[in-house]
Amino acid sequence: MEEENDKNPETTVAPALISVHPTHKFVSAAVGSDLRVFNLQESCVVTLADESGGHKDSIRAIRYSANGQLFVSAGDDKLVKIWATDSWRCIYSVASEKRVSAVGISNDGMFVCFADKFGVMYVVDIEDHNVEDGVTVIKKGVPILSHYCSIITRLEFSPDGRFIVSSDRDFKIRVTVFPKNPVNGAHEIQSFCLGHTEFVSCLTFVGSQKYPLGLLVSGSGDSTVRLWDHTSGSLLDTCYVGAQAEFLPSDGKEEDILPAVTDLCATPDGSLVAVAIQSLPGLMLLRCNQSSKTLSVAKVVSIPGETFIPTSIGAASSAPVLWMVMGASGLHVSESASLARVRGISGFSTSASESLDLETLVLEDAEIPGGELLLQTLQGKLSIGKEAFSAAAEAVKTAMRNLLIKKQYSAERREFRKRGRNDMKGKQ
Amino acid sequence: MMEHEANANPSHSKTTGLPRKRFYRARAHSNPLSDSHFPIPVSPSQVDYSVHYPQLFPSPDKFDGSKSIEFADVGCGFGGLLISLSTVFPESLMIGMELRDKVTEYVKERILALRASNPGQYENISVVRTNSMKYIPNYFEKGQLTKMFFLFPDPHFKEKNHRRRVINLHLLDEYAYVLREGGIIYTMTDVEELGVWMNSCLKGHPLFEAVTKEELEADPVVKLLSTATEEGQKWRMLNLVPWNSGPSCPFGQEGGGAKKDGNGEGKELVEFSLHFPPLEHLPPFP
Repeated sequence: MEEENDKNPETTVAPALISVHPTHKFVSAAVGSDLRVFNLQESCVVTLADESGGHKDSIRAIRYSANGQLFVSAGDDKLVKIWATDSWRCIYSVASEKRVSAVGISNDGMFVCFADKFGVMYVVDIEDHNVEDGVTVIKKGVPILSHYCSIITRLEFSPDGRFIVSSDRDFKIRVTVFPKNPVNGAHEIQSFCLGHTEFVSCLTFVGSQKYPLGLLVSGSGDSTVRLWDHTSGSLLDTCYVGAQAEFLPSDGKEEDILPAVTDLCATPDGSLVAVAIQSLPGLMLLRCNQSSKTLSVAKVVSIPGETFIPTSIGAASSAPVLWMVMGASGLHVSESASLARVRGISGFSTSASESLDLETLVLEDAEIPGGELLLQTLQGKLSIGKEAFSAAAEAVKTAMRNLLIKKQYSAERREFRKRGRNDMKGKQ
Repeated sequence: MMEHEANANPSHSKTTGLPRKRFYRARAHSNPLSDSHFPIPVSPSQVDYSVHYPQLFPSPDKFDGSKSIEFADVGCGFGGLLISLSTVFPESLMIGMELRDKVTEYVKERILALRASNPGQYENISVVRTNSMKYIPNYFEKGQLTKMFFLFPDPHFKEKNHRRRVINLHLLDEYAYVLREGGIIYTMTDVEELGVWMNSCLKGHPLFEAVTKEELEADPVVKLLSTATEEGQKWRMLNLVPWNSGPSCPFGQEGGGAKKDGNGEGKELVEFSLHFPPLEHLPPFP
């Protein structure tokens, strides 16, 4: 029965994540409960200092602060860990009541926000983070806003720090004024960005010195990337990325579902946005024109040699390298339970967007910053069997669908389910 | 026993032409947390006014945004308040929002029947089946509404179900968003515990302030509230007839709310109306 399938192990599959330090000092990857960090500057592996022994369950969100001093990781073990990137010591551990689905750090690095699967966003005040006694401080989050019982998928601060933007499974993007003292709650809603017709999976801001307020870009399960004026909530442009790329054929039974956008990453000046899409082996690059407020497809970058469908992408503001990871934990098919493959693309920068010919280059393993040692660290191993890729891609897709897409039942099926309801038992 | 009526409209009364509640029985509670399977407008601009107010907006293309919905009755139930408000504020568009589909059907039929028997009237009210706890921003723009009604909401006594209450601190953010400055939220309940809860939520929310007593007395809506809604009428009945409620409480059949605290001694309605202040009263953003 379908019901039993809903609870199958695929729901515990967590996609691999990648995050890059803003000045390209570190690159971090999370696969399952494993957090791996590599020091790009000194080309060495970072050892994490955490007396509680790291995460116990799948990590769902990782992020560096804008100033690079903090790193936050959180996930299904209901813990938010806040790390100081100078010592890579876990300075705060925040217990959440529910599983954490998204994290954000205020631009000044004073507040960490995290959101759970029941739509509540919490804030943690970390102003006093210069504690030197070497102990992890236990903190508690304060609930400050809520998407009514809908999974919050992403949190993002606007470039000017005025707004916190949260997206959810119910197609909504909420732009809330981030108050000076957020522990009293964030009650003033600036706008709702409404237009997506499926879950909103990712958010990013594009901004530059010329346009310091920035514009919001969102990706969704409806296979579109949309550009918004987040101050008014008005939709500026929609790019139907699903209709503009060649996708791998899916397993056949779910062909009516368009491939979802899984991640977004913009260049520092906001002129290019990289888009990771389910079933697309490679990446799509969108050109974002901030004066005409439009999005258009610039190029589809294909990755030679393997079926690489990134699950997460990231870039530093100071280096023109786009980092990508593909992988998942909780797999039941390959020889090992988890898989992570890291790739890089060079030429992801401002200058590239100006010339029509985008000189983006997929880096070979030997050319990647950090070289083999980095791959060994972040991937866990150097070589990965080809068959693992497609298994991971399918598993990630199914997990995302189970988590975020609303189940549609036929009228017949709905009646059947109603009959099985506990409170109706014995009445029929 | 009612077979002889079947040839007309079996679910409508022969004498008044109005739908009869007995054919629209519904469970008293509905889970607001479950996934919705009814159509929801993607954004407020896609709410089709010609469906709701056909006489005022003859075709979907003619809608110019000149007039928009001003009142929302959240959890409108059988629509008693909407119908009373319709004639008091004939120039304002209002909509009832109800989660239970059979109840929504009833209100829809009731409005149609009223329109048919009173030409030119009741053209400004309509009803929609929706989960207003999830989709309020899909129906209304920022600052669109002037009044919102939350009358006799499901009390959700269990602590674990408190998050299902339609008035809570976080949802008030959304209500403040769709209300314009000076807009009013009306809440009413016969459950003291819920009244205290709603009052504390509204008091604790920085974007709301209490309506003054003078404003309250001058407000024509307040007088309507106790008489217009089905639940309110039940309470009037209760106050007139001194029910000495034994174990078989007579008003527990339809609304779940009255059962627990309605032991006859609750003579007064717990009533709060609160106010949405001008935004400039708020501390300025740094």
